[in-house]
Amino acid sequence: MQSQEAISHGYGSKQKLNYLTNGSTLRSWLLTKDHKRIAIMYLISVSIFFLFGGLYAATIRLELLTPASDLLESATYNKVFTQHGILMIFFFLIPSIPAILGNFLLPIMIGAKDLALPRINLLSLYIYWIAGGLVLFALMQGGVDTGWTFYTPYSTTFSNSYVMLVGLGIFINGFSSILTGLNFIVTIHTMRAPGMTWFRLPLFVWAHYATSLVMVLGTPVVAITVLLLAIERVAQVGIFDPSIGGDPILFQHLFWFYSHPAVYIMILPGMGVISELISNFSRKKVFGYEFIAFSSIAIAVFGFLVWGHHMFVSGQSIYAGLVFSFLTMVVAVPSAIKMFNWTATLYKGSISFDTPMLYAIGFMGLFLIGGLTGLFLGAMGLTVHLTDTYFVVAHFHYVMVGGQVIAYLGGIHYWWPKMTGKMYSEFWGKISAMLVFVGFNLTFFPQFIVGYQGMPRRYASYPEELQVLNIFSTAGASVLGIGLLMPAVYLMHSLIAGKPAGDNPWMLPGLEWRTSSPPPTENFETMPVVTWEAYEFGEENGLDIEEAKRREAALV
Amino acid sequence: MQTTNWVPLFPEQASTFAAHVDLLYAYLIVVSIVFSIPIVVAIFVFAIKYRETEKFATPEEMHGSMVLETVWSIIPFVVSMTIFLGGALVYFEQFTPPDDSMEIYVVGKQWMWKIQHQTGQREINELHVPVGRNVKLTMTTEDVLHDFDIPAFRTKADVVPGRYTYLWFNATKPGKYHLFCAEYCGLNHSGMGGYVYVMEQRDFDNWLSGSVSGQTPVEEGKDLFMNKLGCASCHAGGPAQRGAKLEGIFNHDVKLVGGATVKADENYLRNSILNPSSQVVEGFQPIMPTFKGQVTEEQLTSLVAYIKSLSPNAAAASSSTSAAATTAPAANANTSAANTAASKPAAHGNTSNK
Ligand code: HEM
Ligand SMILES: [Cu+2]
Repeated sequence: MQSQEAISHGYGSKQKLNYLTNGSTLRSWLLTKDHKRIAIMYLISVSIFFLFGGLYAATIRLELLTPASDLLESATYNKVFTQHGILMIFFFLIPSIPAILGNFLLPIMIGAKDLALPRINLLSLYIYWIAGGLVLFALMQGGVDTGWTFYTPYSTTFSNSYVMLVGLGIFINGFSSILTGLNFIVTIHTMRAPGMTWFRLPLFVWAHYATSLVMVLGTPVVAITVLLLAIERVAQVGIFDPSIGGDPILFQHLFWFYSHPAVYIMILPGMGVISELISNFSRKKVFGYEFIAFSSIAIAVFGFLVWGHHMFVSGQSIYAGLVFSFLTMVVAVPSAIKMFNWTATLYKGSISFDTPMLYAIGFMGLFLIGGLTGLFLGAMGLTVHLTDTYFVVAHFHYVMVGGQVIAYLGGIHYWWPKMTGKMYSEFWGKISAMLVFVGFNLTFFPQFIVGYQGMPRRYASYPEELQVLNIFSTAGASVLGIGLLMPAVYLMHSLIAGKPAGDNPWMLPGLEWRTSSPPPTENFETMPVVTWEAYEFGEENGLDIEEAKRREAALV
Repeated sequence: MQTTNWVPLFPEQASTFAAHVDLLYAYLIVVSIVFSIPIVVAIFVFAIKYRETEKFATPEEMHGSMVLETVWSIIPFVVSMTIFLGGALVYFEQFTPPDDSMEIYVVGKQWMWKIQHQTGQREINELHVPVGRNVKLTMTTEDVLHDFDIPAFRTKADVVPGRYTYLWFNATKPGKYHLFCAEYCGLNHSGMGGYVYVMEQRDFDNWLSGSVSGQTPVEEGKDLFMNKLGCASCHAGGPAQRGAKLEGIFNHDVKLVGGATVKADENYLRNSILNPSSQVVEGFQPIMPTFKGQVTEEQLTSLVAYIKSLSPNAAAASSSTSAAATTAPAANANTSAANTAASKPAAHGNTSNK
């Protein structure tokens, strides 16, 4: 088996061990310092959390099929949406792209043997497991019903659930983020191969650089917030609880000071993936490379200044609201720039519609809607009506599922041949990409309307006149669910029966395509020297196009 | 009345600013469409026109264009500023209650809305208001965060324990409208709501005269102040008073020990009752006991209403409802109100010019 793989995985490469075959004991995985193995373990664990989160989502949608709260009683429903939110945000959206794709690819893309701090990398995985284990344990014991936002004083004094345990889990999980971010920053600064200048970095790396800044600077705030909560509960100091002299709004400030930037932790890496996909599948250098790179940094920096736009109706002063609304509008600009640049990248390209590119184009459409509806929610007079309704639910799903999850899926499909050495079924890939797109819109677009109608979020029952739109939504969710489950099946299947992918199935110039698939433990046989700009597709950059065509013909 | 077409796109417009919010919404929809069409068309056209003709071809290089980048940075910026301004204007409207508003007190509680009218009516999960009048809700909660949300009026506001928040509207159409709690508040969150009934003034007056239960908030507050809680022993005025003078204090600046000045608004009054030592007025000793735990939220609102009634000028905003103004207790307050509050008749006149 092993030797067969070694022969098949590329033209010209000698029989050698790759990172998957280099050691097969459990111990060799659990004690590995190889960023690629760590990424694979993240992939498996994050997928499990995604599955749980998805089952909760299905339950929510089933309950909302009818106006009455008939499938679940309110107590259960409240737990279900809370746990859906917590698992999705803290255990799927935040770690998925950085810890899986970033971990696997970032060192290879800059020509490094590993991350700068490999043991810290393994530690961050263990922290993730401990945190996830704690949270799952708490959910099995009884669960939480506070909403993933944990607003006080409900979470401190009124919720009879496992808030502290889940809080502890999220606190611990934060360290995993911080360590990953730190590791990326150090790696990007110190481990770039000769010739890999800052402006030759793939945009995926730039996006992770910006993300890491947010992770390192923002995550401690959530840790502090949880700590303050614990201090208040244990020592009865009035921090958030008004009945002992605290201020419940303070909690919201602290919470959103982290959680708004966290939205960028979720979406920036997704934008990085999309920049790769759009450029590579149109075989054109990204239009306005520098603008995309700097707009990531701009989003990361401004992202810290807009948290108050979650609190327009909390009773905060009108003038604070003005400032936050203004800054929110300013952040919209770098996102718009990216949209334009991606579109312009297609111009005069040579566009191929492989599965990852279908996801990328889907992303553009969905992120467009997600981003624009963000403007609705940033416009104060309008958001007063929209806050805490399904309009918000629709908006953040467009950004987080339509954006982040779609980018993640696109990325997984794109790099799957590199990670596993196997090609999946293009046919099923395309079908699933389309099902996801259609199902997604059918699920969440009606929620904008139902939200403008006034249907509040976190409701187990709702007025009858809103049922029609909710039926659409639940129907869409079924299609979406199938679309999301399919990759799990055909990707697994490809491991056993997939065609060998070859080192560079898409014929691209990036460093990750210049090593074997799957890469060896040290990533490269010899230390690469970079002499080309990012996204240059010509033969002069060492791409043997003729050879690739011959190979392609032989495969078909 | 609530219309139920098959798939309703808009909730009913039933307040003076509902149309403004809808206009802003329409503007944003137009902006979104105008912005999306070129992008979506470009994506489609490029995708078809430039689709791969030869495997692994290398198209011509193109790096970017300063001019284009500048243009497409400036345009979104300018457009977003118009949205910002529009949003700010509507927001100011939504959160600046007119001085002549009729005041109603709201106390949220897991899981019901308790509502108190100036005239003493109380209701639960229902709010009756007259059409065409400015109505201001002063709200707080006994337990957790809630949010008073009336979609047909296009407004909502969080209700926060430990402080007062506001909401105002002027309902334009008689009818029955949904009232929701929009801030997650626990077990029966989705059941915490009811209806707002907007009535013609005549019907409203009838309704008011129907079920008057006991005292008005000001009366109840006075009773608490004079008799039940014994506030009067220190605050009753006269040369020997040990506590600060409360007549005329509302909405005026108060000097605190330590030099700070604060405006005596509702939140200040509330805090002075619950945490007196946190803001001691200059010239007084910190001897006032806390009343935390001894008064309910509803009693607190009544106390605040009573103290406000001692400052008829400043409190024009809150005591101008016909019923409440005439029953305002302190005799001196009443006369000075008559002398100085010239705006009042106008306020009453307002009821008819809907
Ligand atoms: C089939 C796909 C999904 C469906 C049908 C779905 C449905 C929902 C619904 C209806 C809510 C609102 C609960 C409420 O406010 O009453 C919700 C909340 C939420 N969803 Fe999803 N969801 C899906 C996928 C996802 C995914 C993939 C993510 C993230 C990766 C996600 C993240 C969240 C978050 C963070 C919340 C907020 C939870 C809260 O309100 O506390 N959802 N989802
Ligand atoms: Cu509530």
